[in-house]
Amino acid sequence: MSERTGEHRHAITLTVNGVLREAAVPARRLLSDCLRHDLGLTGTHVGCEHGVCGACTVLLDGEPVRSCLTFAVTVDGHEITTVEGLAERGELSPVQRAFSECHGLQCGFCTPGFLCTVTAFLRDNRTPTDEEVLEAVSGNLCRCTGYQNIIKAVHRAAEIQAEESG
Amino acid sequence: MLRPDGTLKVTGEFAYSSDLWLDGMLWGATLRSPHPSAWIRSVDVGPALAMPGVFAVLTHEDVPGEKFYGLEHKDQPVLAIDQVRYQGEAVALVAADHPETARRAAAAIVVDYEVREAVVDARRAAFDPSCPPVHAHGNLVRHQPVRVGSTFDAPVVVTGEYEVGMQDQAFLGPESGLAVPGEDGGVDLYVATQWLHVDQDQVAPCLALPKEKVRLSLAGVGGAFGAREDLSMQIHASMLALRTGKPVKIVYGREESFFGHVHRHPARMRYEHGATADGRLVYVRAEIVLDGGAYCSSSPAVVGNAASLGVGPYEVGNVWIDAYGVYTNNPPCGAMRGFGAVQACYAYESQMDRLAEACGLSPVEVRIRNAVSQGSKLATGQIVDTPAPLADMLRELEAMPGPGEPSAARDLRSLPGGVAQTTHGEGVRRGVGYGVGIKNICFSEGFDDYSTARVRVELLGGEPHVLVHTAAAEVGQGLITIKAQIARTELGIDKVTIAPADTSVGSAGSSSASRQSYVTGGAVKATCEAVRERLDRMRAGHPELTLEELLELYGPVEETREYRHRPTTPMDPLTGQGDSHVQLALCVHRAVVDVDVELGLVKVVELAAVQDVGRILNPLALEGQIHGGTAQGLGLALMEEIQVRDGKVLNPSFTDYLIPTILDMPPMRLSILENPDPHAPYGLRGAGEPPTLSSTPAVAAAVRAATGLDLPRVPIRPEDIALVPAAG
Ligand code: FES
Ligand code: FES
Repeated sequence: MSERTGEHRHAITLTVNGVLREAAVPARRLLSDCLRHDLGLTGTHVGCEHGVCGACTVLLDGEPVRSCLTFAVTVDGHEITTVEGLAERGELSPVQRAFSECHGLQCGFCTPGFLCTVTAFLRDNRTPTDEEVLEAVSGNLCRCTGYQNIIKAVHRAAEIQAEESG
Repeated sequence: MLRPDGTLKVTGEFAYSSDLWLDGMLWGATLRSPHPSAWIRSVDVGPALAMPGVFAVLTHEDVPGEKFYGLEHKDQPVLAIDQVRYQGEAVALVAADHPETARRAAAAIVVDYEVREAVVDARRAAFDPSCPPVHAHGNLVRHQPVRVGSTFDAPVVVTGEYEVGMQDQAFLGPESGLAVPGEDGGVDLYVATQWLHVDQDQVAPCLALPKEKVRLSLAGVGGAFGAREDLSMQIHASMLALRTGKPVKIVYGREESFFGHVHRHPARMRYEHGATADGRLVYVRAEIVLDGGAYCSSSPAVVGNAASLGVGPYEVGNVWIDAYGVYTNNPPCGAMRGFGAVQACYAYESQMDRLAEACGLSPVEVRIRNAVSQGSKLATGQIVDTPAPLADMLRELEAMPGPGEPSAARDLRSLPGGVAQTTHGEGVRRGVGYGVGIKNICFSEGFDDYSTARVRVELLGGEPHVLVHTAAAEVGQGLITIKAQIARTELGIDKVTIAPADTSVGSAGSSSASRQSYVTGGAVKATCEAVRERLDRMRAGHPELTLEELLELYGPVEETREYRHRPTTPMDPLTGQGDSHVQLALCVHRAVVDVDVELGLVKVVELAAVQDVGRILNPLALEGQIHGGTAQGLGLALMEEIQVRDGKVLNPSFTDYLIPTILDMPPMRLSILENPDPHAPYGLRGAGEPPTLSSTPAVAAAVRAATGLDLPRVPIRPEDIALVPAAG
């Protein structure tokens, strides 16, 4: 995609889902646009561009961040995990399986953000209470599900995780 | 059974309309009017065209064919012609090689507007003859009266005026799509929509193309809820693609999305209920004014629902309803989950609570005394000829266990306001409320509302395989799972693939009015039956052969069928009488809320619901529909409103337009009943909309119970609770 803004471009290197990726981006390029447009990883969704909906959540060095509020140049040299990187060796992760099994999605537009948020959450808290689950995903909006099955999916993911590591 | 699209959706591979990409494609941008009402003196596209990277700049003069489109009336210009009628109306289009360039070029177009008075008051538009006309044919879109009986006095009379704010569907995936010019001079359009064929019907004439040259395919849909019934970027992207000879992608941002689709009609309603001293309804009078905004969209159908369902699921011998849909210079309104019925439901349920109080009855008892049942007559004269066990549903709901009393030592975070709580809950009061809703399923009033399915059975890799092809839009509701289940059940073949939805098969009608399980489910069932008959005939000739051997011998078996539900009739224009509805569905809700009466904050503690779905096809998907519909009703009760002042939207972002988060949505208790409808496939009843109706009045009633306030308007804002001058 050519741009005629005459803006200076910065060469950045990111490790995305374990793969070294390079891009040349203007300083104001959002990480969400960099992932979706420059790197072709459209699994990260943009629902509001304002940091409200959480659909664009990715993991930056393992921690959830809003990619729509992050400039790509600021994460030069860092590790990014997107929804495309959650499955391991072609096998769905416990969180992915649980969302699919428990019907924790309908249109699925919010799902990548939830999956990234929950993946980090369950890594740090393997046996969460109901309240902890609610708080953990309170920054992600879903318009379809009314959240009931998302709560179930998070608990189910914790279960699968425990079964598989136990 | 898992969703067939579930794995793609959790791996990020599912291609939403915003994810489409072709090498060399251009990006479209839309210039929109900043004014709700203005003449356009001139448009100068020169500065935009002069920008490097810009391939085309188009105005109404470039529309190749018909200049107007619309769902029910073609009253909306593809691009504004000499005037604009709402803030956000599309005026010009740009295609450029980068989205930023396209946006900047659109901003460089110079439009000279002459601002004029905006009509922003729907009651004035309806009743004041001196109100300027928004369209040459006046401001009335539809007036539907309902007239039954002649007794309009009673021992107990309760009246009320109610208002419903403008709700947004707020799907998470904004409008987007890709138009690709075809070698035959036509266009291939990949788009997120609710009804491919009605899009095709509207797009083709505007492009001056025969329908078969406008081919639509469904791209991944990030939620719909009615907002994708009307066109958004379809004609625009196609025009740019045809003009430039290149693929053109248009993606709305969130702010543009607020201007890019219709919303739920705001309503102003006056109700009068007359009853005997023991709470039996004698009459209902109602005036319902629905603000349709600048263009017609589906306003006539919205008015029809509000009128025909305006008294709710209650038996009443005398009815006088006038429902109006009007044009104003406010944002256009059209379809949103439960349309027409949602607005009326909030008002008639508020009235039932007032009646209960006036008669000294409980809210549940007054509803039971008036509840419809099988054999009852609706206000339209239509007989309820299928099970409608409303009284039993209410009894069951009332008997369901509740959340229990709040414990004294509770976590402050569980109080209204959550972590933002500034008190220790001294002002928190609990309230319980009930709501009942009735929704028509499928398209009403004589519409030829069919769906088409093509089913093919063939050998793939030596195994029998079913391919199901329809044009029905999967918008998240889970129709794709239902279609696969039906094919598997009807044909007894395990391997089923759902072909992508497109216009190369006949119309499936809209993914709205909770109709797809019924109509497209019915079409898939009927087509599978036809396939099965052919297989049976083949088998009769060769009883010794297996299915594999038969398919080997005869080749693939393919059938296409249309399915129609029973016919309906229009409403009489003067009396509203007629068998206008196909199917009626009931849902009842109980809400328990905590209200901090000093801060005006509400926390919904629990929502319980009883819904009759006729027959459960997929329990998980069904519960998901009830949860999601309930959440949207909660949103309308407490937080969701597009605020419009002088025709301008004040809050077009998710920062300022609030939708429920997981902390706003309480745990739900559901009881799902299966009283089959003998007219429907498998006895099922559409399920997506009814919960959106009844949750709103239930929450509002619970807040009233906690505060003792009238609260005649939703959404209920903190100031409506905390800043009310003391009575007396
Ligand atoms: S798109 Fe980033 S939070 Fe909504
Ligand atoms: S599944 Fe549609 S927004 Fe969450």
